[in-house]
Amino acid sequence: MLNGIVFDIKKYSINDGPGIRTTIFLKGCPLRCWWCHNPESQASQPQVIFRPNRCDLCGACLEACEHSALSWGLNGPLTDRAVCESCGACAQVCYAEARQLVGRQMSLPEVMAEIKQDIPFYDESGGGVTLSGGEPLFQKEFSLEILKACHKQDIHTVLDTCGYASWQIIEQAVPFVDLFLYDLKVIDAGKHKQYTGLSNECILVNLQGLSRLGVNVLVRIPVIPGVNDDDQEMQQIGEFLSALPNPPPLELLAYHNIAAAKYAGLDTEYALPDLKPPAFEHIQTLAARLRGFDLSVKA
Amino acid sequence: MPISDRVRKLRQQSLDARETLSSERAELLTEFYAQASNLVSTPVQRARSFATLMEHKSIYIGTGELIVGEKGSAPKVAPTYPELCCHSLEDLDILDSREKTSFKVDAHTRQAYADTVIPFWQGRSLRELLFLEMTDEWKAAYEAGIFTEFMEQRAPGHTVLDGKIYHTGMLDFIARIDKSLEGLDFLNDPQAYSKQEELKAMRITAQALIRFGERHAEEARCQAHTENDPIRRLELEKIAEICTHVPANAPRDFWEALQYYWFVHLGVTTELNTWDSFCPGHLDRHLEPFFQKGLETSEVSADFRSLAEELLHCFWIKFNNQPAPPKVGVTAAESGTYTDFAQINIGGLLADGSDGISDVSYLLLDVIEDMRLLQPSSSIQVSKKNPDRFVKRAAKIIRTGFGQPSIFNADMVVQEMVRVGKSLPDARDGGTSGCVETGAFGKEAYILTGYFNIPKILELALHNGLDPRTGQQLGPQSGDPAHFAAFEDLYTAFEQQMRTFIDIKIKGNNLIEQLYATYMPAPFLSLLVDDCILKGKDYHSGGPRYDSSYIQGVGMGTITDCLSAIKEHVFEKNDLSMPQMLTMLEADFEGFERQRQLLLNKTPRYGNDDPRADDLLVRVFETYYGLIEGRPNTRGGRYHINLLPTTCHIYFGSVTGATPDGRQAWTPLSEGISPVQGADRHGPTAVLKSAARMDHVRTGGTLLNQKFTPQLLKDEDGLNKLVQLVRSYFKLDGHHIQFNVVDAETLRLAQKNPARYRDLIVRVAGYSDYFCDLSLALQEEIIARTEHQEF
Repeated sequence: MLNGIVFDIKKYSINDGPGIRTTIFLKGCPLRCWWCHNPESQASQPQVIFRPNRCDLCGACLEACEHSALSWGLNGPLTDRAVCESCGACAQVCYAEARQLVGRQMSLPEVMAEIKQDIPFYDESGGGVTLSGGEPLFQKEFSLEILKACHKQDIHTVLDTCGYASWQIIEQAVPFVDLFLYDLKVIDAGKHKQYTGLSNECILVNLQGLSRLGVNVLVRIPVIPGVNDDDQEMQQIGEFLSALPNPPPLELLAYHNIAAAKYAGLDTEYALPDLKPPAFEHIQTLAARLRGFDLSVKA
Repeated sequence: MPISDRVRKLRQQSLDARETLSSERAELLTEFYAQASNLVSTPVQRARSFATLMEHKSIYIGTGELIVGEKGSAPKVAPTYPELCCHSLEDLDILDSREKTSFKVDAHTRQAYADTVIPFWQGRSLRELLFLEMTDEWKAAYEAGIFTEFMEQRAPGHTVLDGKIYHTGMLDFIARIDKSLEGLDFLNDPQAYSKQEELKAMRITAQALIRFGERHAEEARCQAHTENDPIRRLELEKIAEICTHVPANAPRDFWEALQYYWFVHLGVTTELNTWDSFCPGHLDRHLEPFFQKGLETSEVSADFRSLAEELLHCFWIKFNNQPAPPKVGVTAAESGTYTDFAQINIGGLLADGSDGISDVSYLLLDVIEDMRLLQPSSSIQVSKKNPDRFVKRAAKIIRTGFGQPSIFNADMVVQEMVRVGKSLPDARDGGTSGCVETGAFGKEAYILTGYFNIPKILELALHNGLDPRTGQQLGPQSGDPAHFAAFEDLYTAFEQQMRTFIDIKIKGNNLIEQLYATYMPAPFLSLLVDDCILKGKDYHSGGPRYDSSYIQGVGMGTITDCLSAIKEHVFEKNDLSMPQMLTMLEADFEGFERQRQLLLNKTPRYGNDDPRADDLLVRVFETYYGLIEGRPNTRGGRYHINLLPTTCHIYFGSVTGATPDGRQAWTPLSEGISPVQGADRHGPTAVLKSAARMDHVRTGGTLLNQKFTPQLLKDEDGLNKLVQLVRSYFKLDGHHIQFNVVDAETLRLAQKNPARYRDLIVRVAGYSDYFCDLSLALQEEIIARTEHQEF
């Protein structure tokens, strides 16, 4: 039986596609975006996350750890990530749920059972399932199986992707995806590599490919101040999108400084600790600029 | 819509007026009964006392008012009902000084109570008789907080009016009464005399209300004579004309319709302090013909529209001017509020099954939004035949965050009534009242008899029938839980305890019903409710076409999680023994915080679409239903269940020790059928799925609360999804849902006490998340946004 690693399932998900949806968050991502708001999604294997505000300092985790990865710090248990094997023994005994293992093995029937629970809401709202992550295509077989199973049950599917995958995989997914939510960060390849760790060449090519097929795509642009919110970048994005065979609609999502606590809980460094979210008016200005390319823009 | 200066002033006056207790009614009634003849039947005596009140109570017409009449001598002045429950001087002092829901008691009132009211009524009030008649086991259970009793100081009421008054004047009612009187068969009907007395009583009260209207006409004319402002003078003359026509005759226009209803409202709530919620019910359908006629006959239809709006504004303020009667003792604690639960129904299905939404439905929603008053409360009745735009219009009001209107499944409400034998047209003309209670408007006495503390029953089962709070042996010895070999043993004990106390409650109810039937007939209320005139029987004695009694179950979320915790940890995973569990409960988890976290976080809990918990919910539902449903009351009707708490989950919590779900002693129980505060971790769809596992059609109402932040509803898309969420719940046969769109203050509380607010969802950026999972900085940011976003 094919298993995947799921790190969250969110119901009443109302911002990732039409209607009332269930979003399946799959673990693992090829990119390392500086602004990533789901840092726990990046690594493909399960990790322990720590939320100090829930910890009641009972010490059960220290006793449970067989790898000596935990020690007492000033404000609670500290994790030596170099030693931690993410076995989850500490989370198992943490009744207050301050320590949790992010990412669990789930079988396709298990995931489908959760998805099917909310069918009455999909039916009423025209909703369905959104695969997100991480990058769902990072677990390509599993994602494909979920998409196929959903289509067999007539459940609407959305694939929320960064586009970093081989065209072959994307092409396989196309028949089972009703809407692609396609992330686009910057057009300049060097800049893309700087801020995400990888070049965007295949991302742009894949988007062109999808556009050529005429499938439903909504391009989503996270507006990151200082990274992609300048005139030059908007110019390039506008030119690129308007030149596509079927220029897609797009949505601007304002960067939000929401993930700092999660980075701390994973003992990893956050690259943008002081970055402020862009002003609402600024987003509107950018949207107006992109509309100048005859694009449909939601902001 | 714009609010006129007049309305703004009246509204402000209503908000500013201090709740005041008045002895006027008590004094008039005392004087009447002190001189009353003994050779008069009880109904006629009650009717004459009502006539005295209508003849002598002070008349109030405030500056600028268009709808006139007050229950007291001015807005927010509340009468008392010493024949039911006579306040002691100490009660008056408490009412005057208590922090919550206080009533000003002036020197005159105190003096009148000391000199005449208390001396006369001491030893004569129904409450005293009631407690005299009650058994020791009933009193013990009542004092332990296993159940409450609605009728210990308020009369059974819980009825709502249908459309009959809008085409039937009091003179028409008198004609009907006379016809019934003529038809009495003294040769063959052994009850002919009692029917005659009841009908005579009704006749007296109908005349009394006409007189009450005339007195308002006189006052208006009197004020008109001395009024300098020519416009106001015309208004006062118009008011005089209206009060001469109604309530004697059926109303001819929109204004008269509202004024007529208001006289009837004052009549019913002056006759007795009926629990709860007397109100016009489906106001939109009742007013619609008058509204259309007004549009057609007025020269400028826009002028009529703004007059209609202004009249409705004035009508709304009238409700807000009436605080719930001042209560004493436990009853004050179990629902400490000024609100008297009038619930205007909007929408739903007409008697012929067609879509009940009209222009007036939308007009009323506008009024609710304009007025933002706690009373009257409002609901929308949503049938699958009603358009989404109607629900969405209501959702726009809901998102302004004052909890109105609540939303009901009209198709389910009809089905609930048809299930218990009401005719389809009567069911469709019915609706919901109070909090969520289903009834056939204008044709039914559906009496709520008291709340029932279900988690307390488990507490007794866990202590072999003993109440650990007082050490008293209240229930049967259902077994030492330490010797329970299986979960079934515990459940059997739980059932045994529940059966015992349901029986005690019903025995008490049967007696109380008869006390009211014998001593407190309500002839005025009776003439308004079918088929009292036809049968010649009182509202309290089986006169209505339908007679239901309810016992309202409280704490469904808490009991489910408690049973689930015991099943999971004591009998399945065996990580806690029963003696350990009992030790922890006794210690109120002091020194057992880690185990408490286990119970809170590692137990299948209600509200997560998890069958392991929800199956237990269904089981408790079936047990409760099985013990109550269909049992006869004394009025020819039957018992049914409903599941709502008002604020009783707080009171019940305050008498219930620590519970196996990790709840600490004396803290609130879960409310309605909502999950335990913070137990639902999978969002609103999971809550709705769990709640829908119960068979709502076999209840007379369930209450489900959901918390949302304004961000979730800030745009059209959010509103549409709310509508879809509601529609989905109703497709699953849910009865009712209401949304608390929470404000910054609540978010602050959530920060301080995250465990209780784990179910609070906020919209963050392009997505939504649980508030308590967010970092402090982000929480602060959202709070700032919320404050910014307030309407």
